[in-house]
Amino acid sequence: MTVLTDVALDLADVRKVYGSGEGEVVALDHATLSVGRDEIVALLGPSGSGKTTLLSIAGGLLTPTSGRVVVGGQDISQASARELTEFRRTTVGFVFQSVNLVSFLTARENLLVVDEFGGRRGAAGRARADQLLGELGLTHRANNLPSQLSGGERQRVAIGRALMNSPKLVLFDEPTSALDSKIGEQVMDLIRSEVKGRGTAGVIVTHDTRMTHVADRTVHISDGRLDA
Amino acid sequence: MRLALRELRRQPGRFVVATALLTLVALLLIFLGGLLDGLIRQSTAAIEAQRGDALVFSSTAKVSFVRSRITADVRARVDAAPGVTATGGLGVAQLGGRVDDPNRKTLASLAVFGYELAPKGVPEPPPPGQGYADDMLRDDGVKVGSTIYVGPARQPLRVIGFVSGTPYAGQGTVWVAADTWRSLLEANRPGDRLGAGTFQALVVRGTGDRSALPAAIDAATGGATRTLGVDEAAFAQPGVKEQKGTFNQIIGVTVVIAIVVVALFFALLTVERVGLYGVLKAVGARSRTLFAGVVIQAVVVTAVASALASVLAIAASVTGATGSLPFTLLPGRLVLSVALLLVAAIVGCAFSLRRVLRVDPASAIGGGA
Repeated sequence: MTVLTDVALDLADVRKVYGSGEGEVVALDHATLSVGRDEIVALLGPSGSGKTTLLSIAGGLLTPTSGRVVVGGQDISQASARELTEFRRTTVGFVFQSVNLVSFLTARENLLVVDEFGGRRGAAGRARADQLLGELGLTHRANNLPSQLSGGERQRVAIGRALMNSPKLVLFDEPTSALDSKIGEQVMDLIRSEVKGRGTAGVIVTHDTRMTHVADRTVHISDGRLDA
Repeated sequence: MRLALRELRRQPGRFVVATALLTLVALLLIFLGGLLDGLIRQSTAAIEAQRGDALVFSSTAKVSFVRSRITADVRARVDAAPGVTATGGLGVAQLGGRVDDPNRKTLASLAVFGYELAPKGVPEPPPPGQGYADDMLRDDGVKVGSTIYVGPARQPLRVIGFVSGTPYAGQGTVWVAADTWRSLLEANRPGDRLGAGTFQALVVRGTGDRSALPAAIDAATGGATRTLGVDEAAFAQPGVKEQKGTFNQIIGVTVVIAIVVVALFFALLTVERVGLYGVLKAVGARSRTLFAGVVIQAVVVTAVASALASVLAIAASVTGATGSLPFTLLPGRLVLSVALLLVAAIVGCAFSLRRVLRVDPASAIGGGA
């Protein structure tokens, strides 16, 4: 990976094609998108529009068929699987649709697991986890398992996990789809304050237009094409 | 690694079935090993007890007492071999014996040893018509002072004491003077009658380089003898190798069963965890970290199962719950069984490796959509 720019996310003419010949499916078609260092972008589109593919490519979960992907100054377009693993561990944070916390770890341990994968253990990590839990209003829940938390609390823990590695870009995949609208609103406000407060960039994938108000900018996607 | 250990600690219920199955497999493995060691001990202890450096058989006997004949002439050549300091005649007669009643219908199986050099734990040869019985014969009602009527000739043999840990070919032994043994053989096995001064084998004590002793003896007798170290001779007894081979095959199959149990259980567990592994890979976990977690869990589960089985086996051995079975629990066998199971656990896990490697981190957010 080489350092190219200083923007949080820079997608240039990115294509992602599945299959070949007559069975070829174009999931992302010449997508170009830039996200500033402290900008939040909402990516809005119906199911099957390619928004999850875009999120996966931006997060180093998928590699593009063609085009350039630069995140936090690192070009990951041609990165190997090992390089992408390292990239995900150090440069991006994810908040998944179905929360996906580790069921047998406490809230605090769910944050610390990111550090453990990087071979980092110690007081600094624990302090950071406690600080994040405090900011997310979860200090009293630090030692609770996910099954003992409400849906909103679980999503807050997931946000904390995404921020644990001080990422340059946080990717949110339908972060409120499993929550009722009131809790969903609270979580979106929290996302904005946490992301903005750290000067971090965020991309929020959603199909719910009510949730786009927290974003600085909304980008629409349909049939794999971006429409700013 | 910590993740795997935390799962074991916080969700032990997930591993109960595998632990229970592996405990049974471990118990079977330890039991089979103990049975093998017990059988071997019952077959060879009388030979291993010989206080000597080598045992001499006739060259055509295939290390069998029944077939072997060492004449006085051959013995003299052995005595003259370089490094030999002492020789003692040894012979065995496997016969039935009636305890305290010559008309008794039930027979005790006896291996009557005639000896000149006292083996470990056995006193010097007793007077004619008397013998020291192995502890094993207590189960047949033999006591100090009992008279055993030996063989079809019902030749009386008075028990004047007990020795322990000297069975032979699965039978209790009686240790008698060479002349007593020779007369028992003559009375009960006329076909196997031996001339004066002839033994079935010789126990040899030597000096200097003991490892060179067998070759020196066989050279001195011009190839009329086959000489082996005591332990080597014990394990070369007819049937011992076959016993070991059979049991080792069964032990091998049991290890394969352990591999299958671990492989199936952790393959199922890995399938259950595909979603979790996808998320963990998405947040930066390496495949090797996740696979190492599977291996650690398998090793811990197997170690717990092995410990439980070891405790059960030791308890059975100490309390005598194995009854009359020839079960001997040796520390080395216990360690070997546990080591085999741990290796089986690691090998079993290997079947989950491909699945762990194939988990796509993109599955955490639904992949391409």
